[in-house]
Order: sequence, then C-alpha cells, then structure tokens
Amino acid sequence: MYPGQFEYHRAASIKDALDLLKRYGDDAKLLSGGHSLIPMMKLRLAQPAHLIDVTKIAELRALSESGGKIVIGAAAPHDAVATSSLVRDKLGLLAEAAAAIGDVQVRNRGTIGGSLTHADPAADYPAAVLALEGEIKLERDGGSRTVKAADFFLDLMTTAVQPGELLSQIAFAPIPAGAGYSYQKYPHPASGFAMVGVAALVSLDRSGKIASARVGVTGLGAKAFRAGAVEAALAGKAADAATITAAAAKTADGIDALGDIHASSEYRAELARVYARRAIQAAVARAKA
Amino acid sequence: MRVNLTVNGQARSDEVEPRLLLVHYLRDVAGLTGTHVGCESTLCGACTVLLDGKAVKSCTVLAAQADGASVTTVEGLAKDGKFHPIQDGFWEEHGLQCGYCTPGMMMAAVDLLSRTTNPSEDEIRHALEGNLCRCTGYQHIIKAVQYAAEKMRAAAGR
Ligand SMILES: Cc1cc2nc3c(=O)[nH]c(=O)nc-3n(C[C@H](O)[C@H](O)[C@H](O)COP(=O)(O)OP(=O)(O)OC[C@H]3O[C@@H](n4cnc5c(N)ncnc54)[C@H](O)[C@@H]3O)c2cc1C
Ligand code: FES
Ligand code: FES
Repeated sequence: MYPGQFEYHRAASIKDALDLLKRYGDDAKLLSGGHSLIPMMKLRLAQPAHLIDVTKIAELRALSESGGKIVIGAAAPHDAVATSSLVRDKLGLLAEAAAAIGDVQVRNRGTIGGSLTHADPAADYPAAVLALEGEIKLERDGGSRTVKAADFFLDLMTTAVQPGELLSQIAFAPIPAGAGYSYQKYPHPASGFAMVGVAALVSLDRSGKIASARVGVTGLGAKAFRAGAVEAALAGKAADAATITAAAAKTADGIDALGDIHASSEYRAELARVYARRAIQAAVARAKA
Repeated sequence: MRVNLTVNGQARSDEVEPRLLLVHYLRDVAGLTGTHVGCESTLCGACTVLLDGKAVKSCTVLAAQADGASVTTVEGLAKDGKFHPIQDGFWEEHGLQCGYCTPGMMMAAVDLLSRTTNPSEDEIRHALEGNLCRCTGYQHIIKAVQYAAEKMRAAAGR
C-alpha cells in the first residue's frame, strides 16, 4: 500500500508554508506527523498533488511559557507533550491525554496540530483541549486569528480551519493550583482510539464543595464537546459520589451518539456516562480544597 | 527528489520518489531487509525502526520526511560483532518463534530502554502496545526486555 503521486515541499517558516498553500490551493495539503494523512493517502481517500511538510518549522515544535500562558506548537509530537516537564507540571490534563493516544510509535510521530485539524471523532486531544479552554491560533496570508476550543470543532472531521489557513499553536492558561484533573478513556482494543474519552477539570472551594467543573467529551458524538449539563450539575454541590453520579448521568443528554460495528449508540452513551463519572471522581480525588 | 539520511551510522544520498515509504526505502533502496512489512497500516509494528532515536512505524513515514535524519534498523543494533542486550534477551529468553515481529519488537524495546533501564512489567507491556506477535505470545518477549534491562543496568554499574 502506498500513496498516489505528489510533490513534496518542506516549509522553512510559517510564511513559506502559507505561500505554498496559496500557490497550490486545493491541490495542496499540509503534512505534519502524517499519521492520519498518510493512511488516508494509502487508501486513496486523499490524493493531494502537493504536500507541504510543516514539521521543520522550529517555532511550530516549541513548547513554551510566555505571558502567563503555556504555548504548544502545532507540530509538537504527542510524545513530546506527554513527557514535557513544563506540560506535566502546569497542564497535566493535556499531558495525560497525549500519553493516552495510540501507542508509542504513533505518539513519536503524530502531532497536536494534525490531530486537532483532522478532528477524528475518536481523537483524545479534543476532550482535553475543550476542558482546558485552549486558544487555537490560525495563520493565513496577511494575518492571524484565534479561535476558542469551544468554537473550533464544527462537525465530523470538520473544524474552523479554513482553506489557506495553518494552525500554528494552542495557548492555555495553566491549571490553577489545587485543581484536580483526569482523562479517562475506553480505548479501542486494536487502534487505541477513544471509544469514548472524558477530560475533567475540577476546582473545590474552601469548604470542599465543587467551585467549578469543566468536562470535555470525545468519541461519543460526531464532534467533541463540552458537557454543559454535567458541569452545571456539579457547580456549587458537595463533591460526593451521589452528586458525581447524578451529574455524569447527563453526559449523553441531547447528543446524537455515534453507533457503528464497534459499539451501538446506546452502548457508547452508557460508556460516556461511566467514563465521565470515573474522570470526575478521579479529578475530585486529586483536587485540594 | 534527493534524500540524505544516516542509516545505521552510514551517510547515504539517494534519488527517490516523494511517495516512497521509509520501510521500502530501507528494504529496497538500502537493501536492509531486517525491517519487516506486516500490515502496512500502522497497526502491527513489524516495520518499527528508530528515527533520531525514537521508535516509529516506517510504513507510515515517507523517506522524504526522514531526510536529514538518522535511522537505526535491527541491522544497526549489534556493535563490533557483539549483540545489543535486547538481542541477547530475545536469544536467552526465547523471545521469538517465527521471528516476523522480532525486529520491530526489539526496536520498540530499545526506545523504552532509552527512556528507562528499570521498567516495570506494566511499562514494558505499555511500550509494546503498538507491536503484535502472532505466534510466540507476549510473556517471553516481556522477559527478553527484562533481561536486556538488567544487562544494561549491570553494564552501567547500577
Ligand atoms: C495506528 C494509529 C492509532 C492511533 N490512535 C490514536 C488514538 O488513540 N487517539 C488519537 O487521538 N489519535 C490516534 N491516532 C491519530 C494520530 O494521533 C494522528 O497523529 C493525528 O490524528 C494526526 O496528527 P498528524 O500530525 O499525524 O497529522 P497529519 O496526518 O500530518 O495531518 C492530519 C490533517 O491535518 C492537517 N494539518 C496538519 N498540520 C496542520 C497545521 N499545522 N495546520 C492546519 N492543518 C494541518 C493535514 O493537512 C491533514 O488534513 C492514531 C493513528 C494511528 C495511525
Ligand atoms: S507494517 Fe508498519 S505497522 Fe504494520
Ligand atoms: S515471533 Fe512470530 S509473530 Fe512474533
């Protein structure tokens, strides 16, 4: 199995990549880790005439802290995010999601920008990026814009990224001291993709009640989403098992759950409720009042 | 297009089609057939090699993407006529039957051992998640990695 013919370009800078995108238009695709795009090209589901490799653009690979934000370059491999001490210390939920992706070989190649743009409904990162309220920077010829995670995922494999745009980085506020978090997934036994995955971030107030909770869900519907009803059912309540179970029971409310040969929509919805409960419980257990 | 790679310590420069996969570059251009092709779909790990020290599935990397990088295949493990500890491990602990998965298993294990020479059994299983063996079963493979880890710790005096 091999891809169809194409021309390979290596972008030296963001500007270089944007120029190439402009020159080749619809015939071109950006190439990052290639762990979604190359399999699709082998199956001839994608047949771009031009590939523009963005992984040698140094600033796209950087993990840094600036202006009180943690900034993750789009071409940072999953393994780099999972093992970075900066990310583990200040953005542990993102590191946990990265470590849960596929297997080590996939994590060594695949990148966060590729994963977010590909927007596979079973991808792990989206749940964590939603819960952490990441700000996604998109560059285009002559400017850039920032899209909130909540506005980024539009539909099945469809995002806010427009033709001619390049995702350059995702910026996050560090997780507040004392907040607890957890990413829990039920992995597909063959590919490792999330049948469902839930990222929870919980802050407690001084009395030990839940001050706020953010819950991102992947795998359940056509796109990853914030479980607003679950979050509302947790806010201001005692952080006990009854509250958590009742809140998690709302995870699939109003969601058109995916059903396929791996899991019926009813089963996926039940998995989502169970994994939401586990993720919230684990987050609460780690949180400090 | 021209790609310049270092393969098992030797610099190479070759004219390739952009769509040539790294695994075919290694086998057909460089003549190193120790790297196997199994599923061709990123699932089995038979094609695992080290790219700048990290385990990757070479059926899902273009030779073009590896331009400028250093690749280690199973042929590059032995040094000065002496097996790498992971090769000793597979030998001593009967880590293979047919051997089809073995080069990929060893390269994934070498990635793990570069991160820690004191992995728990759990960590070993986790590190080999991307590699399938269809005949030996995994227990002997785990033991082979444990053997190698112990040997590497002993060599490092720890
Ligand atoms: C065997 C296997 C198991 C996997 N298991 C999991 C799993 O458990 N969980 C999981 O989440 N994922 C999994 N994946 C997917 C993996 O995480 C991919 O790496 C990821 O989906 C895509 O990232 P990439 O860097 O490889 O992107 P690529 O394949 O290079 O690109 C994907 C898409 O994004 C576009 N793109 C890339 N970079 C940019 C950019 N900077 N700006 C704009 N567009 C861009 C490309 O044009 C393309 O359309 C698995 C993949 C494989 C092969
Ligand atoms: S041949 Fe590459 S993973 Fe199976
Ligand atoms: S030894 Fe035969 S497949 Fe592993």
